[in-house]
Amino acid sequence: MFNRRSLMMAAASAFVLTAAGPAAAQDAIKIGNTMPYSGPASAYGQIGRTIEAYFNKLNAEGGVAGRQIEFITYDDAYSPPKAVEQTRRLIEQDEVDVLFQNLGTPSNTAIQKYVNAKKVPHLFLATGAAKWNMPDKFPMTTGWQPSYQTEGAIYAKWIQENVENPKIAILWQNDDFGKDYLIGMKEALGEAADSLIVAEAPYEVAQPTVDSEVLSLKASGANVFFIVATPKFAAQAIKKSHEIGWEAERFLSNVSVSVGAVLKPAGFEASKGVISAAYLKEATDPQWADDPAMAEWRAFMDEYYPDGDQASSFTVFGYGVAKTMEHVLEQAGEGADAQAILEAATSMDHVENPMLLPGITMTTGPTDFAPIEAMQLQRFNGETWELFGEIIHAESS
Amino acid sequence: MAMSDETMTGGASGSAKAAPVPKGRAAAAGGKSTLGQAVFVILLLGALALPFIFKNFTIFQMTMLMVYAIAILGLNLLTGINGQFSLGHGAFYAVGAYTAAIMMENLGIGYVWTLPVAGILCFVVGFLFGLPALRLEGIYLALATFALAVATPQFLKLTPFEHWTGGVQGIVIIKPDAPFGLDAVLNADQWLYFFTLAVGLFLYWLARNLVRSRTGRALMAIRDNPIAARSMGVNTSVYKATAFGISAMFTGIAGCLGAIVIQFVAPDSFTFALSVAILVGLVIGGVGWLPGALLGAAFIVFIPNVAEEISKGLAGAFYGFFLIAVIYLAPQGAGGLLRALVAKLGR
Repeated sequence: MFNRRSLMMAAASAFVLTAAGPAAAQDAIKIGNTMPYSGPASAYGQIGRTIEAYFNKLNAEGGVAGRQIEFITYDDAYSPPKAVEQTRRLIEQDEVDVLFQNLGTPSNTAIQKYVNAKKVPHLFLATGAAKWNMPDKFPMTTGWQPSYQTEGAIYAKWIQENVENPKIAILWQNDDFGKDYLIGMKEALGEAADSLIVAEAPYEVAQPTVDSEVLSLKASGANVFFIVATPKFAAQAIKKSHEIGWEAERFLSNVSVSVGAVLKPAGFEASKGVISAAYLKEATDPQWADDPAMAEWRAFMDEYYPDGDQASSFTVFGYGVAKTMEHVLEQAGEGADAQAILEAATSMDHVENPMLLPGITMTTGPTDFAPIEAMQLQRFNGETWELFGEIIHAESS
Repeated sequence: MAMSDETMTGGASGSAKAAPVPKGRAAAAGGKSTLGQAVFVILLLGALALPFIFKNFTIFQMTMLMVYAIAILGLNLLTGINGQFSLGHGAFYAVGAYTAAIMMENLGIGYVWTLPVAGILCFVVGFLFGLPALRLEGIYLALATFALAVATPQFLKLTPFEHWTGGVQGIVIIKPDAPFGLDAVLNADQWLYFFTLAVGLFLYWLARNLVRSRTGRALMAIRDNPIAARSMGVNTSVYKATAFGISAMFTGIAGCLGAIVIQFVAPDSFTFALSVAILVGLVIGGVGWLPGALLGAAFIVFIPNVAEEISKGLAGAFYGFFLIAVIYLAPQGAGGLLRALVAKLGR
C-alpha cells in the first residue's frame, strides 16, 4: 500500500517534471548537477546550495543572456551507482542542457564515459584529479580548480628557485590523490627529479600513524619535507617532524590547510613556518575584510543563503564556480545550445573571478580543459596563513 | 525467529476452513497458488512489455530494482528461511561486482561468464565465512558480518591488489550490446533489462525450489528450533554454512549484474550503506516471503528519490519517516500486509 502510493507519487512528480519541461525549455537553460547532500561527504553539499542560491539571485535579476536558469541538483550520497542513476535521470528524463560541478572523483569517473557518449557538456567538475583535462578522449569534460598535479608542480617550481641545494623527502598517501601530487612534482622537476628527491614514503589510510615514515624520511638527510596527506596524517607529520627537530622547509598539500582540523591539533608552535598553496580567497582572512568582492559575496550570502556558513571555504568555492558558469553563459550568448556553451567554457582567455586571489585567472583552449592552473604560496605564521611571493603558474599548455 | 511463513506451509488462513485439516490446507494452498500464479503471469507480462513502453532511464531503474531484488532474495534465504543475521551482504555484492569488472576489463571475458564465476566464488567465500560464524548467534553474528562490510571497501583499496582492482579509481566497464543480431531490435539498456529479468527469474525459481525441498525444510527447522532440528538428525553446522554460501551466491550474482548495469565499480560503491540498504529492503519486503524482495527493492530504489523530491534538506528525515511508517503499518513487511489483506478478503 505504501509502496504503491510512493510509486504513484514518484510517477506523478515525474509527470510534473516532464510536463513542465517543454514550456520552460523555451527560455530557461537547464543545468544539471549531482552532489553529496547526504552520506559521508555531505559537508560538500554546501557547494551545491551556494550555487543554487546564486542562480536564484541571477534569475531574480532577470537571468543570464536573456534566459532564466533552471538548476536541477540531486543527491548522490557520494555513491557512484547513485551518481549514475541521478545523472541518467538528469540527461534522459529532465533533459538538461549541460552538467555542471558534479562532485567527487569516483562519481565523475563512473559517469564520464556515459556523459561523453551522450554528448552532454560536463563542465567544471568539483574534484582535484588531473584526469578531467583530456580533451582528446573526453571532449565534454572539463575541470575547474587546480589539480593535485598542478599543485605538486607549483611546489616543485618554488623549491627549485628558492631552496639552495634542495634534497626533497616526500610523505604521500597511497592512492590516486597522493600519486597525482607525485606525478606533478616529478614532471615539474624534469630530469633533476631523480637526484633531487632523496626519499619517498607512502602510507596507507588504514595506518594508525605516520611517525615511523617521518623518522625514516628525516634519516635521508633531506632539507625539504613535502607532506601529501589528508588532515589526520598531515597533523601527525607536522607534529612529529617538529618533535624530532627536523629543520626542513615543510610543504603541506592544500587539502589539509584547515587551521582547526590540522594545524591546531598539530600545535601552532609545531606548525609555524609550514608552506602551502592557495587559489581562492580565504573567507576568514583579515586581509580581505575590506575587499569589495568579498563584501559582495557576504551581501549575497546574507540575502540568498542566510543559513550558509560564511567561514567555510565551500561557500566561497560555490560562489566562485557559479560566477564562472555565469560568465560562460553570457559568452555563449542568447539562445545558445549545449555546443555553444561547451565552446564558451573551453575558450576562456584570462577570465577574472572575484573569488580567486588577485593575479589568478582562468584560461582554457582546445587542448587545455583545466581552467585554473596558478596558485600563490602561503606560510603559516603561528596564527593564520600569510600569502607571500608571486603567483606561480603551472599551465599545462 | 518464529515467523509465520507462507512459503512454508500455506499459512494460518488454511485453518479457518471446516474441512478435515490436511484437505483444507491443501485446498487453501491450492487456491492461493492459483491466485499467486495469476499475479505472477500478470507481473511477468507487465515486465516483458515495460522496456517497449518506457524511456531508457526507467528501464535502467527497473533493471537496478531487479538487481537489488536478487540481492535481497539472497539475504532472505539466510535471514528469513534460516534465521541467521547479516549486516555484511554488501561485501558479497562487492565481490560479485569486482569479479565481473576484473573478468570483463582485465581478462577480456564475456559478461555472461562472469555470473557463474561470481556465483561460485561468492558461494565459497560465504561458506567459509559461515563456518567460523557458526559459533555466533543473533546479534553477535550481525556484528561479525558488520565487520566484513566495513572492511571490504578498505581491502579493495589495498596496494597489493591494485593491479586488479584499480585501487580507489575503480574499474570502468564497457556496456555490452545485445547479442545474436538482437541489437537491431533492442538497445543496450533494453537488453540488459531482459538479461537481468531472465537471471532473476531463474534465481527466483531456484530459491523457491530450494525452500520447498528437503534442504529448505531443514533450514527452516533450524530457524524455528535448532535443538529439535539437531535431535532429528539435521547437521546444523553444515546447513547453516551452506545457507550462508547460497545466500552469498545470490547476492554476489546481483553484484555482478549491478556492476554490468552501472558500468563502474569502485570501493566507494560498496560502503556499509549498501549492506544496510539490502537489510532495509528485506524487512520492508517481508522477512521469509520470497516475492517481497521486489517490493523491498522498489523501496530502496524509489523512496530516497521521493524523499528528496519532498525536501532536499530533510531527505534523510523523510526517508526515515517512510521507513518508520512502513514498519508501523506493516510490521511484517509487505508480505505480512498482503497476507493480512488476503486473510481479510477470504473471510
